[in-house]
Amino acid sequence: MTTPLYKKTAREIRDAVRSGAVTATAVTEAHLARIAEVDPKVDAFTQIWTDEALAQAAAVDAKVKQGVDPGPMAGVPVGVKELICTRTGKTTCASKILENFRSPYDATIIKKLDAAGAIFLGKVNMDEFAMGSSTERSTLKTTKNPWNLKCVPGGSSGGSAAAISADECAMAIGSDTGGSIRQPAALCGCVGIKPTYGRVSRYGLVAFASSLDQIGPLTKNVEDAALSLNTLCGRDPLDATSADLPVPDFTKALTGDVKGLRVGLPKEYFTEALNAEMREKVEAAVDVFRRGGAEIVPVSLPHTDYAIATYYIICTAEASANLARFDGVRYGYRHPGAKTVEEMYVLSKSEAFGPEVRRRIMLGTYVLSSGYYDAYYLKAQKVRRLIKKDFDDAFEQCDFVMGPTSPIPSFEFGAKTENPLEMYLADIYTISVNLATLPGISIPCGLTASGLPAGLQMIGRPFGEETLLRAAHCYEQTSGITLGEPPIA
Amino acid sequence: MEFEAVVGMEVHVEINSKSKVFCGCSGNFHAAPNTNVCPVCLGMPGVLPVLNVDMVNKSVAVGLALNCTISRWSKLDRKNYFYPDMAKNYQISQYDLPLCQNGWIDIEVDGQTKRIGITRAHIEEDTARNTHTIGGNQSGVDFNRSGLPLLEIVTEPDIRSAKEALAYLTALKQMLQYLDVSDCNMEEGSLRAEANISVRPVGQEKFGTKTEVKNVASFSGVHKAIEFEIARHIKLINSGGKVVQETRGWDADRGITVPQRLKESAHDYRYFPEPDLVPIVVDEAWEQRIRESLPELPAARRSRMGTQYGLSAYDANVITLSQDTANYYEQVVAAGADAKKAANWLMVELQSLLSAAKQDIRDCRVSPADLAALVGLIESGAINGKMGKDVIAEMFETGKATQDIVNEQGLSQITDTGEIEAIIRQVLADNPAQVEQFRSGKDKVFGFLVGQVMRATQGKANPALLNDLLRRELSRQEN
Repeated sequence: MTTPLYKKTAREIRDAVRSGAVTATAVTEAHLARIAEVDPKVDAFTQIWTDEALAQAAAVDAKVKQGVDPGPMAGVPVGVKELICTRTGKTTCASKILENFRSPYDATIIKKLDAAGAIFLGKVNMDEFAMGSSTERSTLKTTKNPWNLKCVPGGSSGGSAAAISADECAMAIGSDTGGSIRQPAALCGCVGIKPTYGRVSRYGLVAFASSLDQIGPLTKNVEDAALSLNTLCGRDPLDATSADLPVPDFTKALTGDVKGLRVGLPKEYFTEALNAEMREKVEAAVDVFRRGGAEIVPVSLPHTDYAIATYYIICTAEASANLARFDGVRYGYRHPGAKTVEEMYVLSKSEAFGPEVRRRIMLGTYVLSSGYYDAYYLKAQKVRRLIKKDFDDAFEQCDFVMGPTSPIPSFEFGAKTENPLEMYLADIYTISVNLATLPGISIPCGLTASGLPAGLQMIGRPFGEETLLRAAHCYEQTSGITLGEPPIA
Repeated sequence: MEFEAVVGMEVHVEINSKSKVFCGCSGNFHAAPNTNVCPVCLGMPGVLPVLNVDMVNKSVAVGLALNCTISRWSKLDRKNYFYPDMAKNYQISQYDLPLCQNGWIDIEVDGQTKRIGITRAHIEEDTARNTHTIGGNQSGVDFNRSGLPLLEIVTEPDIRSAKEALAYLTALKQMLQYLDVSDCNMEEGSLRAEANISVRPVGQEKFGTKTEVKNVASFSGVHKAIEFEIARHIKLINSGGKVVQETRGWDADRGITVPQRLKESAHDYRYFPEPDLVPIVVDEAWEQRIRESLPELPAARRSRMGTQYGLSAYDANVITLSQDTANYYEQVVAAGADAKKAANWLMVELQSLLSAAKQDIRDCRVSPADLAALVGLIESGAINGKMGKDVIAEMFETGKATQDIVNEQGLSQITDTGEIEAIIRQVLADNPAQVEQFRSGKDKVFGFLVGQVMRATQGKANPALLNDLLRRELSRQEN
């Protein structure tokens, strides 16, 4: 029995399309059919670009036929998060304020993926403006966790994670400001990597918090993550914060062993906050590394407790300015009843931003206000430096830091929406990584007794993605853990 | 009670970079509305600013010319406020670490030099332009201006009168034009001046309450607005009133300042560092490179030209007011004209023609070589000053060469040997004393005699021929 095309990994698809063993059109059709079959239950996709995807696939097939290299992502079906600007379709950020917004330009990574032969199947769901950890904050639809349809997929890239988990696409674009790639990847049982800040161009990523945002891929396995990074990474003249560094072939880092690597276990990540079952899975993973010849080193990240407070000052401050442009003047929602300029601002924003977005804009406005700036924003910047220094110190003793991605597995809808603080705690292990501008990857490390995925997080040195990929890949190959198929029920 | 005014100026200068400060759009905002725009300067979702390096170079040049310290490390900040002319509802500017700080510029008032402190000069982006339909309820926004590079130059409160403010603006504009970083056109808004004005009793150290005056579209307007505001403050205080700290607009038609809506007075701009941009790091080598590329600045040029051409302080001042005029002058002298006479012809005749025609010297049809030729003709006596005025007017009008006009207008010289000889004989007969002096060895008298012949021919005698014939006649009569 042959594996259906929608089950294949990005690399398998790429190789088969390049060799002519299968057409990009067949791959695309198979995935569109899969979406038609399962997405009514999962609700990951918010837009499906059937015609455009098939046209892209035909172009790839034509290249193969002519003997022209169709690119390193040839035929790989991709789902794009709703906050990546695309000329195709809409870019809504899952918000009423952009419900009909069409971007006049393509994000840099969209251009790169297109040139690499990837096929865009459409867009996938998220929390409004990436503010959330469950994708419940979307105004478009409610995305479910394929492992349990009563549970959230995580967030904010919940649509991306659910789509990968349900085999609706082979790669999904996510963005991660405080864990928005890694946490949903963990909750849905797939691989998600947040590259180092500056690795991937942010041009065309609708900004939530500019100093923290980073685009990254969600994939079925580590090799696909490496393959995707090859295309996504690199200096972009349109992004002043993108790093001017050579991009290695990340797939070459996948050596299959971890011998001699020093794995740092921060004691602050293994406290009562960590669910017992999750702790057990992570500890089992530590054993896999130990057996593989890695050295396990206890480390300390003493400022971990301040990460969430620091994060919610910095990200809200930046968001309050970043979201100011949605004013109804040039595009987006404008309240029809507004009679003055001020009313246009107040009514449009009050009505078209959801409660979490409004909360963060107000928080951010407050922490930047005259008289409060020093006590909040400036202090948060200082703590941010201390958090970064914690990691610098830890990396003196280890090559990467390892721990859980999320303190808990997925939870039921509505369980945390009433208490924003409890929702914020879902990102307790991922937030520091953004504050310290480091790369972090989440990979599955087993299922809980109730059948929900657990995620293992590895955090690397700046631009140390290769070490992370090597370690994650080795774990994936040697741990013997496979989640199997999600029930989508 | 006697009062003294305390004035500080804030000047926004549009820097003439080819592109906008954070995107690749053209810097030409005269184009049809909303044609020089892109996702970045429209504030579309997902866009990022990238700093235009030419803007940094030009800003550093201005900073150096204003004797500022150039920050080795400076940053850009977001200034948050809502207004429809703000594409992002925040303006990228520089808050606590400007690119240039602590400089000065010397100004001249009533023959006295005064030093005005420059607090800072910083980079920011311009806003779009709002227009409102007359009587209608519609407003339009033209984003061509959105993101144009602006340099904001702020002085210390060193200015004490409207006259000094005007002198400061004049000196600043001259400097900016020498650096070729802006066209400094106030009417078009490429140079915008705001004045912070207060008054205090003479001898008091503490500043009075200030008002800020905006909306001034000309240098003379600045002068009038400051004068008006100073008088208003003094009158208020003398009548027992109090000056209210506020922003006022200059109403040029009525010649008064009026309070502007207080929309900005209670504003908290919530500045914070712009996370989308990296710090501006100008190292010593970069600064040095720009320092070396600076042109000769007004003060230096004034003093050099004064010495080199023997110009009076006044003449040197006038000629170096604009770099184009100074260049023109130096070309006239280089083409052989007498320095002092060239200065007069340039400052008086040519300047009045230019003013009448509202023309820039750069577009002047009289070439420096032609003006030099004209000065030469007059000096040699080939034509007289009065003819010269007609000739320069004709050159200005038609762009024809000096000699062509002289020929066409019948101003051409007499080359008929017989005619000149007859006049020479008459002149010698009329001036026996001078003839005698010449014969006794006073060569200088020769020039006088040439002049007499020229006068008699109304300057039309060919000078070379005249010289020849006069010598011949003198020696013939001697023998």
